[in-house]
Amino acid sequence: MIEFQNVTKKYDNGVLALDRVSVKIDKGEFVFIVGPSGAGKSTFIKAVLKEVDVTSGNIAVDDMDITKLHRRRVPYLRRKVGVVFQDFRLLPNKTVYENIAFAMEITGTPHRNIRKQVPMILALVGLNGKGNFYPNQLSGGEQQRVSIARSIINNPPILIADEPTGNLDPDTSWEIMKVLRTINRRGTTILMATHDREIVDIMKKRVIALENGQIARDDKVGVYGYDD
Amino acid sequence: MMIKPVFTLKEAFKNLWRNRLMSIASISSVSATLLILGIIFALILNINAMAQSAKDQFDSIQVYLRDDLSSEEVIALQDKIKGVEGVSDVVYESKSDALKRMKESWQDNAYLLEGLESNPLPSSLIVYLSDIYYSSSVLNEVQKLDGIEEIKSYQDIVEQLLSITEGIRKTGIIVIFVLIAISTFIIHNTIKLTVNSRRREINIMKYVGATNWFIRWPFLAEGTMLGLIGAGISALAMKFAYDYVFELMHSDFYVLVSAYVIPPTDLMKDVLFLFLVIGAGIGALGSIWSMRKYLNV
Ligand SMILES: Nc1ncnc2c1ncn2[C@@H]1O[C@H](COP(=O)(O)OP(=O)(O)OP(=O)(O)O)[C@@H](O)[C@H]1O
Ligand SMILES: [Mg+2]
Repeated sequence: MIEFQNVTKKYDNGVLALDRVSVKIDKGEFVFIVGPSGAGKSTFIKAVLKEVDVTSGNIAVDDMDITKLHRRRVPYLRRKVGVVFQDFRLLPNKTVYENIAFAMEITGTPHRNIRKQVPMILALVGLNGKGNFYPNQLSGGEQQRVSIARSIINNPPILIADEPTGNLDPDTSWEIMKVLRTINRRGTTILMATHDREIVDIMKKRVIALENGQIARDDKVGVYGYDD
Repeated sequence: MMIKPVFTLKEAFKNLWRNRLMSIASISSVSATLLILGIIFALILNINAMAQSAKDQFDSIQVYLRDDLSSEEVIALQDKIKGVEGVSDVVYESKSDALKRMKESWQDNAYLLEGLESNPLPSSLIVYLSDIYYSSSVLNEVQKLDGIEEIKSYQDIVEQLLSITEGIRKTGIIVIFVLIAISTFIIHNTIKLTVNSRRREINIMKYVGATNWFIRWPFLAEGTMLGLIGAGISALAMKFAYDYVFELMHSDFYVLVSAYVIPPTDLMKDVLFLFLVIGAGIGALGSIWSMRKYLNV
Protein backbone atom coordinates (compact mmCIF):
# COMPACT_ATOMS: atom_id res chain seq x y z
CA MET A 1 0.00 0.00 0.00
CA ILE A 2 2.84 2.37 0.93
CA GLU A 3 6.44 1.65 0.04
CA PHE A 4 9.52 3.79 0.69
CA GLN A 5 12.65 2.87 -1.23
CA ASN A 6 15.81 4.49 0.08
CA VAL A 7 14.05 7.80 0.64
CA THR A 8 16.07 10.82 1.71
CA LYS A 9 14.68 14.26 2.46
CA LYS A 10 17.04 17.13 3.00
CA TYR A 11 15.34 20.49 3.68
CA ASP A 12 16.71 23.64 2.10
CA ASN A 13 18.30 24.60 5.41
CA GLY A 14 20.40 21.45 5.30
CA VAL A 15 18.43 19.42 7.88
CA LEU A 16 18.36 15.74 7.01
CA ALA A 17 14.79 14.83 8.03
CA LEU A 18 14.66 11.42 6.33
CA ASP A 19 17.86 9.47 5.80
CA ARG A 20 17.73 6.52 3.38
CA VAL A 21 14.40 5.22 4.69
CA SER A 22 13.13 1.93 3.22
CA VAL A 23 9.90 0.50 4.53
CA LYS A 24 6.85 -1.36 3.27
CA ILE A 25 3.35 -1.04 4.73
CA ASP A 26 0.74 -3.53 3.54
CA LYS A 27 -2.94 -3.08 2.92
CA GLY A 28 -5.01 -3.18 6.09
CA GLU A 29 -2.09 -2.64 8.48
CA PHE A 30 -2.22 -0.34 11.52
CA VAL A 31 1.20 1.25 11.97
CA PHE A 32 2.50 3.63 14.64
CA ILE A 33 5.39 5.93 13.85
CA VAL A 34 7.24 6.93 17.00
CA GLY A 35 10.45 8.72 17.80
CA PRO A 36 11.81 11.78 19.55
CA SER A 37 10.79 15.27 18.50
CA GLY A 38 12.48 16.20 15.24
CA ALA A 39 13.05 12.56 14.28
CA GLY A 40 11.24 13.01 10.96
CA LYS A 41 7.75 11.60 11.68
CA SER A 42 5.83 14.50 10.22
CA THR A 43 8.19 14.66 7.26
CA PHE A 44 7.49 10.98 6.60
CA ILE A 45 3.76 11.74 6.54
CA LYS A 46 4.18 14.82 4.36
CA ALA A 47 6.19 12.76 1.91
CA VAL A 48 3.29 10.30 1.52
CA LEU A 49 0.93 13.23 0.83
CA LYS A 50 3.47 14.79 -1.51
CA GLU A 51 3.33 17.92 0.60
CA VAL A 52 7.13 17.78 0.48
CA ASP A 53 9.13 16.45 -2.44
CA VAL A 54 11.80 14.01 -1.37
CA THR A 55 15.42 14.62 -2.31
CA SER A 56 16.10 11.07 -3.51
CA GLY A 57 14.56 7.61 -3.47
CA ASN A 58 11.08 6.50 -4.48
CA ILE A 59 7.71 6.38 -2.75
CA ALA A 60 4.84 4.24 -4.01
CA VAL A 61 1.28 4.79 -2.76
CA ASP A 62 -1.42 2.35 -3.84
CA ASP A 63 0.95 0.90 -6.47
CA MET A 64 1.67 4.32 -7.96
CA ASP A 65 5.10 5.96 -7.92
CA ILE A 66 4.33 9.40 -6.49
CA THR A 67 7.87 10.75 -6.67
CA LYS A 68 7.39 11.63 -10.33
CA LEU A 69 3.72 12.52 -10.00
CA HIS A 70 2.81 15.75 -11.79
CA ARG A 71 1.65 18.68 -9.60
CA ARG A 72 -1.74 18.59 -11.24
CA ARG A 73 -2.24 14.95 -10.23
CA VAL A 74 -1.53 15.56 -6.53
CA PRO A 75 -5.23 16.20 -5.68
CA TYR A 76 -6.04 12.69 -6.89
CA LEU A 77 -3.33 11.23 -4.64
CA ARG A 78 -4.84 13.14 -1.70
CA ARG A 79 -8.23 11.61 -2.37
CA LYS A 80 -6.67 8.20 -1.74
CA VAL A 81 -5.08 9.30 1.52
CA GLY A 82 -7.27 10.76 4.27
CA VAL A 83 -5.46 12.98 6.82
CA VAL A 84 -6.14 13.89 10.42
CA PHE A 85 -4.12 16.47 12.35
CA GLN A 86 -3.51 17.30 15.97
CA ASP A 87 -5.37 20.64 15.58
CA PHE A 88 -8.49 19.18 13.84
CA ARG A 89 -8.52 21.80 11.06
CA LEU A 90 -12.28 22.31 10.88
CA LEU A 91 -13.96 25.32 9.31
CA PRO A 92 -15.41 27.33 12.22
CA ASN A 93 -18.23 28.93 10.23
CA LYS A 94 -19.54 25.63 8.89
CA THR A 95 -21.59 23.06 10.78
CA VAL A 96 -20.41 19.51 11.41
CA TYR A 97 -22.54 18.34 8.50
CA GLU A 98 -21.15 21.04 6.19
CA ASN A 99 -17.57 20.39 7.24
CA ILE A 100 -17.93 16.78 6.12
CA ALA A 101 -20.12 17.45 3.07
CA PHE A 102 -17.48 19.92 1.90
CA ALA A 103 -15.00 17.09 1.32
CA MET A 104 -17.55 15.30 -0.84
CA GLU A 105 -18.47 18.38 -2.87
CA ILE A 106 -14.83 18.74 -3.79
CA THR A 107 -14.81 15.34 -5.44
CA GLY A 108 -18.07 16.11 -7.22
CA THR A 109 -20.33 13.75 -5.26
CA PRO A 110 -24.03 14.32 -6.08
CA HIS A 111 -26.03 15.96 -3.27
CA ARG A 112 -28.28 12.93 -3.04
CA ASN A 113 -25.32 10.77 -2.01
CA ILE A 114 -23.95 13.39 0.33
CA ARG A 115 -27.23 13.55 2.24
CA LYS A 116 -27.20 9.79 2.58
CA GLN A 117 -23.58 9.25 3.52
CA VAL A 118 -22.85 12.04 6.00
CA PRO A 119 -25.27 10.70 8.66
CA MET A 120 -23.81 7.22 8.18
CA ILE A 121 -20.28 8.41 8.76
CA LEU A 122 -21.40 10.51 11.76
CA ALA A 123 -22.84 7.33 13.28
CA LEU A 124 -19.60 5.49 12.63
CA VAL A 125 -17.49 8.05 14.52
CA GLY A 126 -20.08 8.32 17.31
CA LEU A 127 -21.51 11.75 16.55
CA ASN A 128 -25.14 10.79 15.97
CA GLY A 129 -27.39 13.84 15.87
CA LYS A 130 -24.54 16.39 16.08
CA GLY A 131 -24.72 17.36 12.41
CA ASN A 132 -26.04 20.86 13.03
CA PHE A 133 -23.49 21.78 15.70
CA TYR A 134 -20.70 24.24 15.00
CA PRO A 135 -17.13 23.20 15.89
CA ASN A 136 -16.96 25.60 18.86
CA GLN A 137 -20.00 23.85 20.36
CA LEU A 138 -18.10 20.55 20.50
CA SER A 139 -15.45 19.12 22.84
CA GLY A 140 -11.94 18.49 21.53
CA GLY A 141 -12.63 14.78 21.19
CA GLU A 142 -15.81 15.44 19.25
CA GLN A 143 -14.03 17.87 16.97
CA GLN A 144 -11.41 15.23 16.26
CA ARG A 145 -14.20 12.78 15.39
CA VAL A 146 -15.55 15.27 12.86
CA SER A 147 -12.10 15.58 11.38
CA ILE A 148 -11.80 11.79 11.16
CA ALA A 149 -15.26 11.57 9.59
CA ARG A 150 -14.19 14.12 6.98
CA SER A 151 -10.96 12.25 6.25
CA ILE A 152 -12.71 8.96 5.48
CA ILE A 153 -15.94 10.19 3.90
CA ASN A 154 -14.57 9.60 0.39
CA ASN A 155 -13.49 6.05 1.32
CA PRO A 156 -9.73 6.46 0.96
CA PRO A 157 -7.73 3.20 1.19
CA ILE A 158 -5.24 4.93 3.52
CA LEU A 159 -5.75 7.13 6.59
CA ILE A 160 -2.83 9.10 7.98
CA ALA A 161 -2.94 10.75 11.38
CA ASP A 162 -0.24 13.07 12.72
CA GLU A 163 -0.54 13.04 16.53
CA PRO A 164 -4.37 12.87 16.44
CA THR A 165 -4.55 12.58 20.23
CA GLY A 166 -1.91 15.22 20.93
CA ASN A 167 -4.46 17.76 22.20
CA LEU A 168 -6.73 15.33 24.04
CA ASP A 169 -6.86 13.92 27.55
CA PRO A 170 -6.20 10.16 28.01
CA ASP A 171 -9.88 9.09 28.16
CA THR A 172 -10.81 11.05 25.10
CA SER A 173 -7.69 9.74 23.34
CA TRP A 174 -8.92 6.23 23.88
CA GLU A 175 -12.29 7.09 22.37
CA ILE A 176 -10.49 8.34 19.28
CA MET A 177 -8.34 5.19 19.14
CA LYS A 178 -11.47 3.06 19.21
CA VAL A 179 -12.83 4.97 16.23
CA LEU A 180 -9.56 4.51 14.37
CA ARG A 181 -9.53 0.79 15.19
CA THR A 182 -13.06 0.44 13.82
CA ILE A 183 -12.01 2.18 10.63
CA ASN A 184 -8.95 -0.08 10.39
CA ARG A 185 -11.12 -3.18 10.78
CA ARG A 186 -13.20 -2.03 7.82
CA GLY A 187 -10.05 -2.41 5.74
CA THR A 188 -8.45 1.05 5.78
CA THR A 189 -4.67 1.11 6.17
CA ILE A 190 -3.78 3.42 9.05
CA LEU A 191 -0.52 5.24 9.66
CA MET A 192 -0.32 7.22 12.89
CA ALA A 193 2.51 9.34 14.26
CA THR A 194 2.33 9.71 18.02
CA HIS A 195 4.08 10.51 21.28
CA ASP A 196 1.49 8.61 23.32
CA ARG A 197 3.32 5.77 25.10
CA GLU A 198 0.24 4.22 26.69
CA ILE A 199 -1.69 3.96 23.45
CA VAL A 200 1.21 2.40 21.55
CA ASP A 201 1.97 -0.09 24.32
CA ILE A 202 -1.63 -1.24 24.76
CA MET A 203 -2.67 -1.38 21.09
CA LYS A 204 0.05 -3.93 20.25
CA LYS A 205 0.36 -2.90 16.62
CA ARG A 206 3.34 -2.55 14.32
CA VAL A 207 5.72 0.19 15.51
CA ILE A 208 8.24 1.98 13.33
CA ALA A 209 10.68 4.10 15.32
CA LEU A 210 12.47 6.97 13.61
CA GLU A 211 15.60 8.57 14.99
CA ASN A 212 17.52 11.30 13.21
CA GLY A 213 15.62 10.47 10.07
CA GLN A 214 16.57 6.82 10.10
CA ILE A 215 14.53 3.74 10.96
CA ALA A 216 15.81 2.65 14.35
CA ARG A 217 13.26 -0.08 14.94
CA ASP A 218 10.43 -1.83 13.09
CA ASP A 219 8.53 -4.37 15.20
CA LYS A 220 5.48 -6.34 14.10
CA VAL A 221 4.02 -5.99 17.59
CA GLY A 222 5.92 -3.18 19.18
CA VAL A 223 6.11 -0.88 22.16
CA TYR A 224 6.74 2.85 22.44
CA GLY A 225 10.18 2.40 23.95
CA TYR A 226 11.15 5.96 24.97
CA ASP A 227 11.20 7.67 28.32
CA ASP A 228 9.80 11.07 27.38
CA MET B 1 -17.24 18.89 -10.90
CA MET B 2 -19.81 20.65 -8.82
CA ILE B 3 -20.04 24.34 -9.49
CA LYS B 4 -22.95 26.32 -8.16
CA PRO B 5 -22.93 29.53 -10.21
CA VAL B 6 -25.66 31.39 -8.33
CA PHE B 7 -24.15 30.52 -5.00
CA THR B 8 -20.68 31.50 -6.16
CA LEU B 9 -21.90 34.87 -7.45
CA LYS B 10 -23.69 35.65 -4.20
CA GLU B 11 -20.62 34.64 -2.24
CA ALA B 12 -18.43 36.77 -4.53
CA PHE B 13 -20.60 39.85 -4.02
CA LYS B 14 -20.49 39.31 -0.28
CA ASN B 15 -16.70 39.18 -0.31
CA LEU B 16 -16.47 42.25 -2.55
CA TRP B 17 -18.77 44.12 -0.18
CA ARG B 18 -16.72 43.06 2.82
CA ASN B 19 -13.61 44.62 1.23
CA ARG B 20 -15.55 47.44 -0.40
CA LEU B 21 -12.82 50.05 -0.18
CA MET B 22 -10.44 47.85 -2.13
CA SER B 23 -13.23 46.82 -4.46
CA ILE B 24 -13.96 50.45 -5.27
CA ALA B 25 -10.25 51.08 -5.82
CA SER B 26 -10.09 48.11 -8.19
CA ILE B 27 -13.18 49.11 -10.14
CA SER B 28 -11.98 52.71 -10.43
CA SER B 29 -8.58 51.72 -11.70
CA VAL B 30 -10.06 49.38 -14.29
CA SER B 31 -12.51 52.10 -15.38
CA ALA B 32 -9.77 54.71 -15.64
CA THR B 33 -7.53 52.35 -17.60
CA LEU B 34 -10.27 51.43 -20.03
CA LEU B 35 -11.44 55.01 -20.42
CA ILE B 36 -7.95 56.11 -21.40
CA LEU B 37 -7.71 53.11 -23.70
CA GLY B 38 -11.06 54.14 -25.20
CA ILE B 39 -9.93 57.71 -25.79
CA ILE B 40 -6.74 56.55 -27.49
CA PHE B 41 -8.73 54.04 -29.50
CA ALA B 42 -11.22 56.70 -30.62
CA LEU B 43 -8.43 59.12 -31.54
CA ILE B 44 -6.58 56.55 -33.62
CA LEU B 45 -9.70 55.40 -35.43
CA ASN B 46 -10.81 58.93 -36.19
CA ILE B 47 -7.48 60.19 -37.38
CA ASN B 48 -7.12 57.09 -39.50
CA ALA B 49 -10.51 57.73 -41.04
CA MET B 50 -9.46 61.30 -41.81
CA ALA B 51 -6.22 60.13 -43.36
CA GLN B 52 -8.11 57.59 -45.41
CA SER B 53 -10.54 60.08 -46.88
CA ALA B 54 -7.66 62.45 -47.55
CA LYS B 55 -5.80 59.66 -49.28
CA ASP B 56 -8.68 59.16 -51.70
CA GLN B 57 -7.86 62.62 -53.00
CA PHE B 58 -4.17 61.94 -53.01
CA ASP B 59 -3.65 62.49 -56.68
CA SER B 60 -4.84 66.08 -56.64
CA ILE B 61 -3.65 69.37 -55.26
CA GLN B 62 -6.13 72.06 -54.40
CA VAL B 63 -5.02 75.58 -55.18
CA TYR B 64 -7.19 78.17 -53.43
CA LEU B 65 -7.42 81.44 -55.27
CA ARG B 66 -7.42 84.98 -54.00
CA ASP B 67 -10.94 86.47 -53.99
CA ASP B 68 -9.90 89.49 -56.08
CA LEU B 69 -8.85 87.59 -59.24
CA SER B 70 -10.73 88.35 -62.45
CA SER B 71 -11.92 85.46 -64.58
CA GLU B 72 -9.24 86.22 -67.19
CA GLU B 73 -6.58 85.98 -64.56
CA VAL B 74 -8.02 82.71 -63.41
CA ILE B 75 -7.95 81.29 -66.91
CA ALA B 76 -4.39 82.48 -67.41
CA LEU B 77 -3.37 80.86 -64.19
CA GLN B 78 -5.17 77.65 -65.16
CA ASP B 79 -3.24 77.54 -68.46
CA LYS B 80 0.06 78.15 -66.73
CA ILE B 81 -0.49 75.29 -64.35
CA LYS B 82 -1.55 72.99 -67.16
CA GLY B 83 1.89 73.60 -68.64
CA VAL B 84 3.73 72.25 -65.61
CA GLU B 85 5.26 68.81 -66.04
CA GLY B 86 3.23 66.05 -64.39
CA VAL B 87 -0.11 67.88 -64.45
CA SER B 88 -2.82 65.99 -66.27
CA ASP B 89 -5.73 68.34 -65.79
CA VAL B 90 -6.77 71.53 -64.01
CA VAL B 91 -10.42 72.09 -63.13
CA TYR B 92 -11.91 75.30 -61.87
CA GLU B 93 -14.21 75.17 -58.87
CA SER B 94 -16.19 78.30 -58.05
CA LYS B 95 -17.27 79.33 -54.57
CA SER B 96 -20.79 78.03 -55.11
CA ASP B 97 -19.49 74.79 -56.67
CA ALA B 98 -17.43 74.26 -53.56
CA LEU B 99 -20.41 74.74 -51.29
CA LYS B 100 -22.54 72.41 -53.38
CA ARG B 101 -19.86 69.72 -53.27
CA MET B 102 -19.57 70.04 -49.53
CA LYS B 103 -23.32 69.72 -49.13
CA GLU B 104 -23.28 66.55 -51.19
CA SER B 105 -20.49 64.97 -49.23
CA TRP B 106 -22.13 65.78 -45.93
CA GLN B 107 -25.45 64.25 -46.92
CA ASP B 108 -27.55 64.07 -43.75
CA ASN B 109 -25.61 66.77 -42.01
CA ALA B 110 -25.90 69.20 -44.90
CA TYR B 111 -28.63 71.17 -43.11
CA LEU B 112 -25.89 72.48 -40.84
CA LEU B 113 -24.60 74.52 -43.77
CA GLU B 114 -27.95 76.25 -44.33
CA GLY B 115 -27.26 78.57 -41.45
CA LEU B 116 -24.19 80.15 -43.05
CA GLU B 117 -24.78 83.80 -43.94
CA SER B 118 -22.19 84.13 -46.67
CA ASN B 119 -20.23 81.47 -48.50
CA PRO B 120 -16.95 81.11 -46.59
CA LEU B 121 -15.40 78.75 -49.13
CA PRO B 122 -12.84 80.15 -51.59
CA SER B 123 -12.83 79.32 -55.28
CA SER B 124 -10.06 77.05 -56.34
CA LEU B 125 -8.24 75.17 -59.06
CA ILE B 126 -8.06 71.46 -58.61
CA VAL B 127 -4.83 70.19 -60.11
CA TYR B 128 -4.83 66.53 -61.10
CA LEU B 129 -1.48 64.82 -61.33
CA SER B 130 -0.59 62.26 -63.94
CA ASP B 131 1.32 60.46 -61.20
CA ILE B 132 1.72 60.93 -57.43
CA TYR B 133 5.43 60.91 -58.15
CA TYR B 134 5.21 64.52 -59.41
CA SER B 135 3.39 65.89 -56.41
CA SER B 136 6.29 67.74 -54.80
CA SER B 137 7.75 69.12 -58.02
CA VAL B 138 4.33 70.38 -59.18
CA LEU B 139 3.81 71.87 -55.74
CA ASN B 140 7.11 73.72 -56.08
CA GLU B 141 6.23 75.14 -59.50
CA VAL B 142 2.72 76.21 -58.55
CA GLN B 143 3.94 77.95 -55.40
CA LYS B 144 5.89 80.43 -57.54
CA LEU B 145 2.75 81.65 -59.31
CA ASP B 146 0.75 84.78 -58.50
CA GLY B 147 -2.85 85.10 -57.26
CA ILE B 148 -2.80 82.11 -54.99
CA GLU B 149 -4.21 82.27 -51.48
CA GLU B 150 -3.22 78.82 -50.27
CA ILE B 151 -2.22 75.42 -51.60
CA LYS B 152 -3.52 72.29 -50.08
CA SER B 153 -1.64 69.18 -50.91
CA TYR B 154 -3.27 66.13 -49.45
CA GLN B 155 -0.01 64.32 -49.44
CA ASP B 156 1.24 66.50 -46.59
CA ILE B 157 -1.98 66.09 -44.67
CA VAL B 158 -2.00 62.34 -45.09
CA GLU B 159 1.59 62.10 -44.01
CA GLN B 160 0.97 64.31 -41.02
CA LEU B 161 -2.11 62.42 -39.96
CA LEU B 162 -0.39 59.08 -40.34
CA SER B 163 2.58 60.24 -38.28
CA ILE B 164 0.20 61.54 -35.59
CA THR B 165 -1.59 58.17 -35.47
CA GLU B 166 1.76 56.44 -35.29
CA GLY B 167 2.78 58.63 -32.37
CA ILE B 168 -0.49 58.10 -30.55
CA ARG B 169 -0.30 54.38 -31.17
CA LYS B 170 3.24 54.08 -29.86
CA THR B 171 2.80 56.12 -26.70
CA GLY B 172 -0.70 54.69 -26.31
CA ILE B 173 0.54 51.12 -26.21
CA ILE B 174 3.08 51.95 -23.51
CA VAL B 175 0.60 53.96 -21.45
CA ILE B 176 -2.08 51.27 -21.74
CA PHE B 177 0.38 48.53 -20.88
CA VAL B 178 1.43 50.34 -17.70
CA LEU B 179 -2.19 51.09 -16.75
CA ILE B 180 -3.26 47.48 -17.29
CA ALA B 181 -0.37 46.33 -15.12
CA ILE B 182 -1.41 48.78 -12.38
CA SER B 183 -5.06 47.68 -12.51
CA THR B 184 -4.07 44.03 -12.44
CA PHE B 185 -1.91 44.73 -9.41
CA ILE B 186 -4.73 46.50 -7.56
CA ILE B 187 -7.16 43.65 -8.28
CA HIS B 188 -4.48 41.21 -7.21
CA ASN B 189 -4.30 42.99 -3.85
CA THR B 190 -8.07 43.07 -3.44
CA ILE B 191 -8.53 39.39 -4.12
CA LYS B 192 -5.57 38.62 -1.88
CA LEU B 193 -7.64 39.96 1.02
CA THR B 194 -10.36 37.35 0.46
CA VAL B 195 -7.80 34.68 -0.27
CA ASN B 196 -6.06 35.50 3.01
CA SER B 197 -9.27 35.42 5.00
CA ARG B 198 -9.99 31.98 3.54
CA ARG B 199 -6.46 30.60 3.81
CA ARG B 200 -7.59 27.96 6.24
CA GLU B 201 -10.32 26.78 3.96
CA ILE B 202 -7.98 26.64 0.98
CA ASN B 203 -5.49 24.65 3.01
CA ILE B 204 -8.14 22.13 4.06
CA MET B 205 -9.42 21.90 0.50
CA LYS B 206 -5.93 20.98 -0.63
CA TYR B 207 -5.75 18.18 1.95
CA VAL B 208 -9.04 16.65 0.95
CA GLY B 209 -7.96 16.62 -2.69
CA ALA B 210 -9.53 19.66 -4.33
CA THR B 211 -8.03 20.48 -7.71
CA ASN B 212 -6.50 23.91 -8.20
CA TRP B 213 -9.29 24.94 -10.52
CA PHE B 214 -11.95 23.97 -8.03
CA ILE B 215 -10.29 26.23 -5.47
CA ARG B 216 -9.53 29.03 -7.89
CA TRP B 217 -12.96 29.34 -9.46
CA PRO B 218 -14.75 31.43 -6.80
CA PHE B 219 -11.84 33.85 -6.56
CA LEU B 220 -11.64 34.04 -10.31
CA ALA B 221 -15.35 34.90 -10.37
CA GLU B 222 -14.69 37.68 -7.88
CA GLY B 223 -11.83 39.22 -9.83
CA THR B 224 -13.60 38.92 -13.15
CA MET B 225 -16.66 40.59 -11.67
CA LEU B 226 -14.53 43.56 -10.56
CA GLY B 227 -13.12 43.83 -14.07
CA LEU B 228 -16.52 43.64 -15.72
CA ILE B 229 -18.07 46.25 -13.41
CA GLY B 230 -15.15 48.53 -14.24
CA ALA B 231 -15.69 47.86 -17.94
CA GLY B 232 -19.39 48.72 -17.66
CA ILE B 233 -18.71 52.01 -15.91
CA SER B 234 -16.04 53.09 -18.35
CA ALA B 235 -18.23 52.13 -21.32
CA LEU B 236 -20.99 54.40 -19.99
CA ALA B 237 -18.54 57.24 -19.37
CA MET B 238 -17.07 56.74 -22.82
CA LYS B 239 -20.49 56.84 -24.44
CA PHE B 240 -21.46 60.12 -22.78
CA ALA B 241 -18.08 61.69 -23.50
CA TYR B 242 -18.05 60.65 -27.15
CA ASP B 243 -21.66 61.73 -27.74
CA TYR B 244 -20.77 65.09 -26.26
CA VAL B 245 -17.67 65.54 -28.41
CA PHE B 246 -19.56 64.41 -31.49
CA GLU B 247 -22.27 67.02 -30.86
CA LEU B 248 -19.63 69.66 -30.27
CA MET B 249 -17.90 68.80 -33.54
CA HIS B 250 -21.17 69.36 -35.34
CA SER B 251 -21.62 72.88 -34.10
CA ASP B 252 -20.85 75.54 -36.73
CA PHE B 253 -17.41 76.20 -35.43
CA TYR B 254 -15.90 72.80 -36.22
CA VAL B 255 -18.09 72.14 -39.20
CA LEU B 256 -15.10 71.54 -41.45
CA VAL B 257 -13.76 68.52 -39.58
CA SER B 258 -17.00 66.97 -38.45
CA ALA B 259 -17.63 65.10 -41.68
CA TYR B 260 -14.75 62.79 -40.82
CA VAL B 261 -15.76 61.97 -37.24
CA ILE B 262 -16.94 58.39 -36.76
CA PRO B 263 -20.57 58.27 -35.50
CA PRO B 264 -20.99 57.17 -31.84
CA THR B 265 -23.01 54.01 -32.52
CA ASP B 266 -20.36 52.58 -34.87
CA LEU B 267 -17.57 53.28 -32.43
CA MET B 268 -19.34 52.20 -29.24
CA LYS B 269 -19.93 48.64 -30.44
CA ASP B 270 -16.20 48.07 -30.80
CA VAL B 271 -15.45 49.95 -27.59
CA LEU B 272 -17.91 47.93 -25.54
CA PHE B 273 -16.52 44.64 -26.81
CA LEU B 274 -12.94 45.79 -26.22
CA PHE B 275 -13.74 46.99 -22.69
CA LEU B 276 -15.54 43.82 -21.61
CA VAL B 277 -12.78 41.56 -22.91
CA ILE B 278 -9.92 43.58 -21.40
CA GLY B 279 -11.82 44.26 -18.15
CA ALA B 280 -12.56 40.58 -17.63
CA GLY B 281 -8.98 39.75 -18.59
CA ILE B 282 -7.50 42.14 -16.02
CA GLY B 283 -9.79 40.75 -13.33
CA ALA B 284 -9.05 37.13 -14.12
CA LEU B 285 -5.31 37.72 -14.31
CA GLY B 286 -5.25 39.65 -11.03
CA SER B 287 -7.13 36.96 -9.15
CA ILE B 288 -5.14 34.04 -10.52
CA TRP B 289 -2.00 35.89 -9.57
CA SER B 290 -3.21 36.44 -6.00
CA MET B 291 -3.75 32.71 -5.53
CA ARG B 292 -0.42 31.47 -6.75
CA LYS B 293 1.22 31.24 -3.35
CA TYR B 294 -1.57 29.30 -1.72
CA LEU B 295 -1.99 26.67 -4.34
CA ASN B 296 1.50 25.27 -3.91
CA VAL B 297 0.76 23.18 -0.81
N1 LIG C 1 9.81 23.01 6.33
C1 LIG C 1 10.96 22.70 6.97
N2 LIG C 1 12.09 23.36 6.64
C2 LIG C 1 13.24 23.05 7.25
N3 LIG C 1 13.39 22.11 8.19
C3 LIG C 1 12.32 21.42 8.56
C4 LIG C 1 11.03 21.69 7.97
N4 LIG C 1 10.13 20.85 8.53
C5 LIG C 1 10.83 20.11 9.42
N5 LIG C 1 12.12 20.44 9.44
C6 LIG C 1 13.18 19.82 10.26
O1 LIG C 1 13.24 18.45 9.92
C7 LIG C 1 13.39 17.65 11.07
C8 LIG C 1 12.25 16.66 11.19
O2 LIG C 1 11.06 17.36 11.42
P1 LIG C 1 9.66 16.63 11.62
O3 LIG C 1 8.62 17.69 11.69
O4 LIG C 1 9.51 15.62 10.57
O5 LIG C 1 9.85 15.96 13.03
P2 LIG C 1 8.79 15.16 13.91
O6 LIG C 1 9.36 13.81 14.12
O7 LIG C 1 7.46 15.25 13.33
O8 LIG C 1 8.85 16.00 15.26
P3 LIG C 1 7.67 16.24 16.31
O9 LIG C 1 7.58 14.99 17.12
O10 LIG C 1 8.18 17.37 17.15
O11 LIG C 1 6.44 16.55 15.58
C9 LIG C 1 13.46 18.62 12.26
O12 LIG C 1 14.81 18.84 12.56
C10 LIG C 1 12.84 19.88 11.74
O13 LIG C 1 13.40 21.02 12.32
MG1 LIG D 1 5.56 16.13 13.88
